[in-house]
Amino acid sequence: MISSAAVLLWGVAALLGTAVLAVSESRRSGSGTRLIYGLTLGISAAVLLVLASRIANDPVTPSTAALPLGLPWIGAHFRLDALSTFFLAVVNFGGAMASLYGLGYGRHESAPHRVLPFFPAFLAAMNLVVMADDAFTFLLSWEFMSLASWALVMAHHREQDNARAGYIYLVMASFGTLALLLAFGLLSGPGGNYTFEAMRAASPTPLATAFVLALMLLGAGSKAGLVPLHVWLPLAHPAAPSHVSALMSGVMTKVAVYGFIRVIFDLLGEPAWWSGVVVLFLGGLTAVLGILYALMEKDLKRLLAYSTIENVGVIFVSLGLALAFRANAMPSAAALALTAALFHVLNHSFFKSLLFFGAGAVLTATGERDMEKLGGLIHRMPLTSFAFLVGCVAISALPPFNGFVSEWLAFQAILQSPDLPEWGLKVMVPAVGGLLALSAALAAACFVKAFGITFLGRPRSAAVEPAHEVDRYSLTAMFSLAALCLLAGIVPGLVIDGLSSVTLPLIGSRMPVQMAQPWLSIVPIATSRSSYNGLLVFLFIAFSAAAAAYAIHRFASHAIRRGPAWGCGFADVTPSSQYTAVSFAQPIRRVFGTFAFRARETVEMPPPGQTGPARLDVEMHDVIWETLYLPIGKALDFATDHLNHLQFLTIRRYLTLVFLFLVVLLLVLALWP
Amino acid sequence: MALILELAVQGAQMILVLLLAPLLTGFVRKVKARLLRRQGPSLVQPYRDLLRLMRKEVVLADNASWLFRVTPYLIFATTWVAAALIPTFATGLTFSWTADLIAIVALLGSARFFLALAGMDVGTSFGGIGSSREVMIASLAEPAMLLIVFSLALVAGATQLSTVAAFMGSPQVGLRVSLGMSLIALVMVAVAENARIPVDNPSTHLELTMVHEAMVLEYSGRHLAMIEFAAFLKLLLYMSLICCVFLPWGQATAEAGPESLAPGVVAYIGKLAVCGILLAVFETAIAKMRVFRVPDFLGAALMLALLGTLLLFVSRSL
Repeated sequence: MISSAAVLLWGVAALLGTAVLAVSESRRSGSGTRLIYGLTLGISAAVLLVLASRIANDPVTPSTAALPLGLPWIGAHFRLDALSTFFLAVVNFGGAMASLYGLGYGRHESAPHRVLPFFPAFLAAMNLVVMADDAFTFLLSWEFMSLASWALVMAHHREQDNARAGYIYLVMASFGTLALLLAFGLLSGPGGNYTFEAMRAASPTPLATAFVLALMLLGAGSKAGLVPLHVWLPLAHPAAPSHVSALMSGVMTKVAVYGFIRVIFDLLGEPAWWSGVVVLFLGGLTAVLGILYALMEKDLKRLLAYSTIENVGVIFVSLGLALAFRANAMPSAAALALTAALFHVLNHSFFKSLLFFGAGAVLTATGERDMEKLGGLIHRMPLTSFAFLVGCVAISALPPFNGFVSEWLAFQAILQSPDLPEWGLKVMVPAVGGLLALSAALAAACFVKAFGITFLGRPRSAAVEPAHEVDRYSLTAMFSLAALCLLAGIVPGLVIDGLSSVTLPLIGSRMPVQMAQPWLSIVPIATSRSSYNGLLVFLFIAFSAAAAAYAIHRFASHAIRRGPAWGCGFADVTPSSQYTAVSFAQPIRRVFGTFAFRARETVEMPPPGQTGPARLDVEMHDVIWETLYLPIGKALDFATDHLNHLQFLTIRRYLTLVFLFLVVLLLVLALWP
Repeated sequence: MALILELAVQGAQMILVLLLAPLLTGFVRKVKARLLRRQGPSLVQPYRDLLRLMRKEVVLADNASWLFRVTPYLIFATTWVAAALIPTFATGLTFSWTADLIAIVALLGSARFFLALAGMDVGTSFGGIGSSREVMIASLAEPAMLLIVFSLALVAGATQLSTVAAFMGSPQVGLRVSLGMSLIALVMVAVAENARIPVDNPSTHLELTMVHEAMVLEYSGRHLAMIEFAAFLKLLLYMSLICCVFLPWGQATAEAGPESLAPGVVAYIGKLAVCGILLAVFETAIAKMRVFRVPDFLGAALMLALLGTLLLFVSRSL
């Protein structure tokens, strides 16, 4: 019997083969595109089937495989346990949906030879990261994943700003991998054993543990988009073709979360209580700042990318709670928090893919990502707008959709925290709870804006005029995801029970069995304490709405008259009098923007009696970029400027320098205790 | 048999909130009018308004989409479900475990989400101004509300409203600073959420000041009736919530049997009347504030709620 890890490696090999095939096939536009996306769809679906049989039969017993590649004395190890099975399912489901969408969307690609070879390679790399069981394979796959996605970001390299996006992404990705390299160096200890098994057995000192946590926050956090390491994400994710944006936002950030969970929860051993404080703080900050940035955005895809940052923050808040509970020996609460985090990972992969697909459909139909030039698309693209609306409701954490369930679980975990003994946690947890609630409310505002400006109202430019509904592949992908958003929202117990096999080995505890609850409720602790039933809420809303509609149509007037909208006596008001993306966010900018972005508005009114236009200028600063990254860049410039003349010395001076350096080095070695 | 009775009680609660909601709004209007030495419209005027609106034709803007026509029913349904899930005259109803307080707050969030979208559907600047102000108000009111929920949950050990109400009625509550703060914050949030003075004025049509009315400006006929009804229900919901949590006396419990239901209903209506009079007095005594003073008002509610929660994290007995 061949192990499932080996089967999955064949899947990865098939993806890599597809990538090689794509190099020649991409010259043939049309049929080549269909062939490659068809192959990746088939392979991802096959991998999903293997994973499904594993989840159904025995998700806990690890399945391993080793290849004689990589470092000669250890080879390449791969392992499939419950955690990696879950994340592989997320990766391959996202891959399958992106391939399905690509079947239709890829036909509009102007440079298929820059996309097709890297798309399967990107999928293969993400699979490898999640399966890796030694540090060398992990880092190699991680770097492969970064490079493949970088190539996809650079697919349209001649477009404005894409080259800058690619450059910043490359720098941040190298920085992240460096941090991971150092973290694994600390974990493998002086013996230098790179297998995860040895790292699990080792017990690092508290100092080393602290460093590993910090390095993982830098390494995995920069890939996931934790503030303040998020700067590349809103540039790079939107620059790629939309189905790749969906993969990067919906799936690749989850691979980063996987890396964090694998190292911190699995390899590192018992955490210190303050690690929870750090992760909670960063998560809360990321959630609120991410969604505030998104609210200020008028580019639809960048708005979605910023909202990814918010969701990563939400996931890290739950992870921080799980760490805090675990450090204080409260395993059932830790299981609740970790389940909330993993549930949100799944949810976000659903609705963020859906939303990026919708943005891609808008881009195909109109050629625009700038919301200020869109509007009224609900009349021209009714199906796309319906699917996008479902995604917006789900991501805004509104019942009965899935986003609400994971936020609800996170709130329930927060309510467990008064039992925590440490003061740092006692103060941090309620504050972060407030931040979480704030980010949820702001997310709803953000997606009212995203949907309202893009799809509702009247067209703001001529770009909207020729728009029509997209192809059936794209629609199938979007509607499948929309259906899953609803399904995961109304039978959350199924997902929670599935996640129990993940939390059990990591924390040693699990949430109570949910599918046995009457009416499919979810009950984290006890019914008298808290419970939620998405199915009944959905049915009640459907019943009440139907009853109201029936009563109205039975008893009330049926008359409808179409007429012009009320324009205060002005006839034919131009579409430019509508609210825009920027003006919609103006009240929130006035409330939060003054400290988050140092936003300042100046109004210049013409003197009385003159009919010239008034001017409103808004000045905003990206505070993190200006206070953290620009100084680093300046320091680097300064250093390179002043070190430059070292290149033009005479040979005598070089020899002197070498000699002096040797002396200093020997002195240091001699004086070293 | 017991199940049928329980279902009947649950159904009675759903119908009761539906029947009482317009009356409560009519009552508040009447009291306000009397305080201003006016005669005021009759108590049943809201019912008449609803019926009149139902009989009128709908005037739809030319470019209104399907969303615009579906939204009134969605808003009405979500608000009704939320209102029906709050224990009014009896706790521990059959479906009370369907949604806890967090879910009820989120259900109201769903209603607001769709209302804000409907405001933007026609593409006039009125709808936009209403929607953008509404989401600004919500972005502060919702976190404040959730922090109030946290405080209550920490005191009562549950987010389930029936459990909270039972705990608040028991003698072990005592006087707590945090609960006082939560009550003040909850009242402030309720005022903002229901678009009452000083945050918004339900009876104004001055474009510079309005929020809720601006969003629904394009609605007419039966659609407007649904939205008005939802607004009546929301006022009733918040008053029921305040009564249920902070004045839990007289509620029939699940164990007490059907004979305690009638006193429960009487007590509930009495509490609503008291709250209605207080709201009318408050609204008469205070002036509408500028839109950009609202964040200060709600920020104060948020800080009070956060302070209450923090106090509870410091000591469970505060």
